[in-house]
Amino acid sequence: MLVGFGAERLGADMNRLLALLFHQGVLDEQFLQLQQLEDETSPNFVSEVVSIFFHESEKLLTSLRSLLMMVEGDHDQDHEGGLEYGKIGVHLNQFMGSSSSIGAKRVRNVCLAFRAASDHHNRHGCLRALEQLEHEYCYLKNKLHEFFQLEQQKVLAAGVRYPMNHYNNNININS
Amino acid sequence: MARNGVVASQRWRSDGEISSQQQPAHDSAAKEVHVLAVDDSLIDRKVIERLLRNSSYKVTAVDSGIRALQFLGLDGEEKKTSSIGAFDSLKIKVDLIITDYCMPEMTGYDLLKKIKGSSTLREIPVVIMSSENVVTRIDRCLEEGAEDFIVKPVKASDVERLRGYMETTSEPSVRVNKRKQRESCESCNCLSTASSTSSSPISSSSPSPSPSPPPTSMSSSSPSSTPMSMSVPSSPSPSQSPSPATASAPCSPSLLDSPTRRLKMSSPQEE
Repeated sequence: MLVGFGAERLGADMNRLLALLFHQGVLDEQFLQLQQLEDETSPNFVSEVVSIFFHESEKLLTSLRSLLMMVEGDHDQDHEGGLEYGKIGVHLNQFMGSSSSIGAKRVRNVCLAFRAASDHHNRHGCLRALEQLEHEYCYLKNKLHEFFQLEQQKVLAAGVRYPMNHYNNNININS
Repeated sequence: MARNGVVASQRWRSDGEISSQQQPAHDSAAKEVHVLAVDDSLIDRKVIERLLRNSSYKVTAVDSGIRALQFLGLDGEEKKTSSIGAFDSLKIKVDLIITDYCMPEMTGYDLLKKIKGSSTLREIPVVIMSSENVVTRIDRCLEEGAEDFIVKPVKASDVERLRGYMETTSEPSVRVNKRKQRESCESCNCLSTASSTSSSPISSSSPSPSPSPPPTSMSSSSPSSTPMSMSVPSSPSPSQSPSPATASAPCSPSLLDSPTRRLKMSSPQEE
């Protein structure tokens, strides 16, 4: 049946994508924990939480960049950037917490390195870490978008399976 | 349809047998167990809410210690002296408070102290969550009266462990789950109830047959009792415990510090 096959194939694609992300260390077990929390009463839980994560992360990245620019732009000896580094630390703690809560392992690890650089007021180290963080975040975001798109397609594909199969077979949904 | 504490509530619910995600098990006298969750992170609030609701708890989530105190009616005062005296009797009942440690303005530790320092609230069990596994921090919290300390990210197995802290039944379960004492006390005789092993690493637990004699006495004694008493299976523990504080060895003194714990210890169990 074309329709059923479509949903199954999409499911397989999703699993493959997840397996890849796990293998790359991009995601960890916590993501699975979130998936297990989904059910009929909250079928979109993971995508909702991930959306919040994206929204918060982008604000954090913007803040981090502007804080670092402030440190960089000021060569005044009196202004060591202690205040900025302190704020950077706070933002990173938040970022670490949220990424850990959704299972975004690589993002979290980069935050950790970033925080270490920030604690040492290491501007160069921070800049490098920020770039890496932006890169990891982008990669994660793209992959998760892909994942949720597959999920949406799968839901649609599976949906048309019910209830009138003879009708669907004539429609060739999945060609 | 008595719900065993260990039946994964999400599976339960997907069978359509419990209509609302906040309906408690029938065996707890239809009384909803109410958890107050405190966390400044929106994501963590969402996650802990879902985790708790999946276990059929009623959840109120707030974003700060101050709001938590307001909700609890503390608000900086020991007792509500407002003119709305009726609120005292309508006081919102909270069976457990789970709070993040790192929060701006008022940390989870500060909140814990305020709660334990209040005559009206100190009996409510408090569990601390933190992304940092710092022993001194854990100790501080436990000494201040926290029931347990959960390292984030919070998982379903962590929430399972919480059952042992709920005071909604007449049959109190021993609340001796402490992360740091997990290994040493698992086969300790004084922790002879099922929930003593709730801190066991394997918390996906089945309540049933425990090889070690004393532990099961509590859990199996009241089959109709709530999930609390059976939630934590002692079965995995004996095989799990690498460092068996021998049965006769006394538990760490700090275990007995909490008045509630002392109460549990003295309740009829095999010691």
